[in-house]
Amino acid sequence: MATKYVGQRVKRTEDPRLIKGLAHYVDDIRLPDTLHVCFVRSIYPHARINSIDTSAALAAPGVVAVYTGKDIAGKLGPVPCASALPDLKVPDFRPLANDKVLFVGHPIAAVVATDRYVARDAVDLVMVDYEDLPAVVDVEEAAKGTTVIHENFGDNIAYKMSSGEGDVDAGLAAADHVIKQRTLHNRLAPIAMEPRGVLARYFPGEEELTVWSSTQIPHLLRTQLALMIGIPENKLRVITPEVGGGFGSKLNVYGEEALLGWISMQLGKPVKWIETRRENIQATIHGRGQVGYIEIGCKNDGTITGLRYNVFADLGAYHQLLTPAIPTLTGLMLSGAYKIPAIQINITACFTNKMATDAYRGAGRPEATYIVERAMDLVASELGVDTAEVRRRNFPAANEFPFHTATGLEYDSGNYEAALDKAQQIIGYAKLREEQKKARDEGRLIGIGVSTYVEICALGPSAAMPAGGWESATVRIEPTGKVTILTGASPHGQGQETSFAQIAADELGVDMNDITVIHGDTGVVQYGIGTFGSRATAVGGTAVLVAIQKLKEKAQKIAAHMLQADASRVSFEGGRYSLQAATAAAAGTSDPVVPVGEAPAGALPEPETNGRSSLTIQEIALAAHIAKEIPPDTEPGLSATYFYEPKNFTFPFGTHIAVVEVDRETGDIKFLRYVAVDDCGKVINPLLVDGQVHGGIVQSIGQALFEEVVYDEQGQLVTGTLMDYALPRASHIPNFELDRTETPSPVNPLGVKGVGEAGTIGATPAIVGAVVDALAPFGVKHLDMPIRPESVWKIINSSH
Amino acid sequence: MIPAQFDYHVPGTLEEAINLLAQDPDGTKVLAGGHSLIPAMKLRLAQPQRLIDIARLRALSYIREEGNMILIGATTTHYELESSDLLQNICPLLPDCARSIGDVQVRNKGTIGGSLAHCDPAGDWPAAAIALNADVVLAGPGGERTVNAEDFFVDLLTTALQPGEILREIRVAKPQGKFGHAYQKAPHPASGFAVVGIAANLTFNADGSCATASIGVTGVGNKAYRPTGAEAVLVGKKLDDQTIAGAAAKISDGVDVNSDLYASSDYRQHLAAVHAARAIKAAASRAS
Repeated sequence: MATKYVGQRVKRTEDPRLIKGLAHYVDDIRLPDTLHVCFVRSIYPHARINSIDTSAALAAPGVVAVYTGKDIAGKLGPVPCASALPDLKVPDFRPLANDKVLFVGHPIAAVVATDRYVARDAVDLVMVDYEDLPAVVDVEEAAKGTTVIHENFGDNIAYKMSSGEGDVDAGLAAADHVIKQRTLHNRLAPIAMEPRGVLARYFPGEEELTVWSSTQIPHLLRTQLALMIGIPENKLRVITPEVGGGFGSKLNVYGEEALLGWISMQLGKPVKWIETRRENIQATIHGRGQVGYIEIGCKNDGTITGLRYNVFADLGAYHQLLTPAIPTLTGLMLSGAYKIPAIQINITACFTNKMATDAYRGAGRPEATYIVERAMDLVASELGVDTAEVRRRNFPAANEFPFHTATGLEYDSGNYEAALDKAQQIIGYAKLREEQKKARDEGRLIGIGVSTYVEICALGPSAAMPAGGWESATVRIEPTGKVTILTGASPHGQGQETSFAQIAADELGVDMNDITVIHGDTGVVQYGIGTFGSRATAVGGTAVLVAIQKLKEKAQKIAAHMLQADASRVSFEGGRYSLQAATAAAAGTSDPVVPVGEAPAGALPEPETNGRSSLTIQEIALAAHIAKEIPPDTEPGLSATYFYEPKNFTFPFGTHIAVVEVDRETGDIKFLRYVAVDDCGKVINPLLVDGQVHGGIVQSIGQALFEEVVYDEQGQLVTGTLMDYALPRASHIPNFELDRTETPSPVNPLGVKGVGEAGTIGATPAIVGAVVDALAPFGVKHLDMPIRPESVWKIINSSH
Repeated sequence: MIPAQFDYHVPGTLEEAINLLAQDPDGTKVLAGGHSLIPAMKLRLAQPQRLIDIARLRALSYIREEGNMILIGATTTHYELESSDLLQNICPLLPDCARSIGDVQVRNKGTIGGSLAHCDPAGDWPAAAIALNADVVLAGPGGERTVNAEDFFVDLLTTALQPGEILREIRVAKPQGKFGHAYQKAPHPASGFAVVGIAANLTFNADGSCATASIGVTGVGNKAYRPTGAEAVLVGKKLDDQTIAGAAAKISDGVDVNSDLYASSDYRQHLAAVHAARAIKAAASRAS
């Protein structure tokens, strides 16, 4: 394949419409006679509902209907959980609460009105009589079960699970040093720039329902909504227009999505709900939320002998789609980039009176990477060895791949030392350490943090996924030669309209501008899985590639037929099928002639093939549609569909190095340098990769230094607005010095691995490590996130 | 995030605004940029029945000199103050404070009068107004009155504005002689408001000693205040590190210090002292 586009920094074709404000998000779709929905949500974290009085709301002018849990009982199925774990307790989570509310923001009633303002006013007229119950907030307290959230379960433990290979007890016993550390993994709100939104329209005549939703998984959502609502799946169409970010928070099936569809069916009118930011922080899934205990053993030379992680996972009140599965991903990735002979994770996953946690960018892997990387820092500190050196001593060598881990994975390919070398070289590591020492002598607090991460991407083989791990593509060349790609992936900011077009343009030898990538409409696109788990390019991009290869097999046959040669005599290059030289000479043909001719009005022009030695793929597409000059055993048309099933996950990796300075007086943390060397396999578009890395690091900075969803001791959400929940701003972000190594994945023909989550996985431990290192003169070995200036100041202040 | 219903008026003149306000002074809020009021309305913490939008009264947007005074119209935006060459030359504390507020979008829309009248305990302008010993001119149905900044800030979100009155102008005496200004702030990472904010306005004698010290503190207590004990330490002294530290140590004397998720009262008190020292040092170094 000639690479005119692949590997180039091609500007995103999505951007002009986004920059000019011409994109269409759910809220931009305006249908006549639309009714608007606002939700009555619980103000209590845990309470019994004695009664709900909707009469005043119903009497308000403009209010069309008010629905409560009673109204949907027996009509609307529960919010689905796709995780199948042994002995998992699955609470019955209805789109509207029945007799109890279990978290602040729990939906109680849906008010439908002629406009959004009327609906919102009427929300205040719905009288809910609550009986306050004690809230379960702390996850370790939850495990004790003093107050039980779901009475029918008897305790708050959703599941317990242990996994890992090797004898950890023996590994720790054989160690020269065993280090223990308790760690908190702060609960985060994904905060997509566009909150959730749903528009539903029922067509009573056709008995068809269309749901526009800001989701990452249109097809999976359609299947689940069909089951919840009880409408045939082939009468339900899900459309995802422009989606303003998801970060996993829209890799879900929410009660509101089913409710809106159902309400539209009840009222026979379009209904719309656009989530407010306050609802977004209350009732869109959160991420992370673990309290854990690390035990790591090492020899005097730094060799790791065993790792145990006992973790309490804060699941929240109910399961959303993948809630219980997230801590198990942590268990899978606990080997990090290292040879660890014995690993064990013991998960105690608990219900609490909070919003559900689920997949937030990284989904269980940032937690694992953080644990392993913090553990390596602790080992380095214990042994007095440089933190990068300890890592290096435990890397598998480049020739040890595929590498089997004690968590049961086969890492596909890697060269961890090369990435570390490159990052150290860029930052001038040895000199930097000298400068740090000098600065310390002058009383300055400079810290260097290193993270040599591995992550798991391209989710994933179907065997490892709850609902299929393949991806689909249809590639079609239209009669006019334009190329249409239908992908089952559902990009929402990643830029695959651009990168898939790059892959296709090179493979077909056509201009990128002649390609359109269509996604996110179940009425148009064949079934697909969606965009999450850094999978769209590795799995969806491969599906595009293989579909094109299938299409070209057919085009080759047609070309041979038209050129009156055996298919083996026809070669393809640069978008053109040509007779090989010897054959062309024998046939006495000359250079291509562009077909020109008068056609009757309305008729398609016909390619002129007589006496030609080559045909463009566009000419073949036209011939395939006119179908007068194709081989007798060949279907008309020129399209191919492929459902690609990956053989394995992919395992990107890299090294991030952060340098920070701590202000001795205030505890403020300032970045001095940030270097990231990522290896995501072959790169389709370096610009897109850089963008993904940038965004990921920013979210890591958020987790490390600023962000935390805080519920107080009574279970009230106290970071309920962006005035309290601190997202990192441009002024908080350093200049990123990015580079790459490129180790192709053997798993797919593109050699790509995935990069969507690398930044949130690799960066957090580097930042925390840097702050801890800066405070090493005070004996600090670990700090919990987010590291606020006050906690730093307390350390410095208490040392006086 | 969806406010309750309200009526919205855009008066053409200040007089019209005052007349509109007089019709229902308790149910009406004056809108002058809206960067505090609108969020409060969206959260339904404030549910005024009527808004009178004076931000469009361009006649109230000005920065000018009059004799020894600097006059600033109430609807002058933070950005206009930040970018004023006149102020940069004659009263740099105002642009210094303005550029620390929020972000560019906020500074383009938010106004000094709106901020002062809102009286947020973590707002930046109250500190500057106090340090500059500014007067605010309040216009009402019965005419105008002038109130000193220190008397204007009464309590949390409470000012000396009486129902029916509109803040029309801010008046600042032009700094004379050898003086130095600085605004130092620890911004909250989410809101951008001052966790602590210290405005320092110092004048100096010919021998380099401090002649007068006027400091405004915001974010620390329930309202902006003047730390008289700290100021007294500076007056008459050469501002060496020890003197500055002595003043900074008194910055929150007698104040019930705020505490929140981001900064406990102990930490906030400490931050106030650190930023006070930095503000005093910066003001002294800029003195000319």
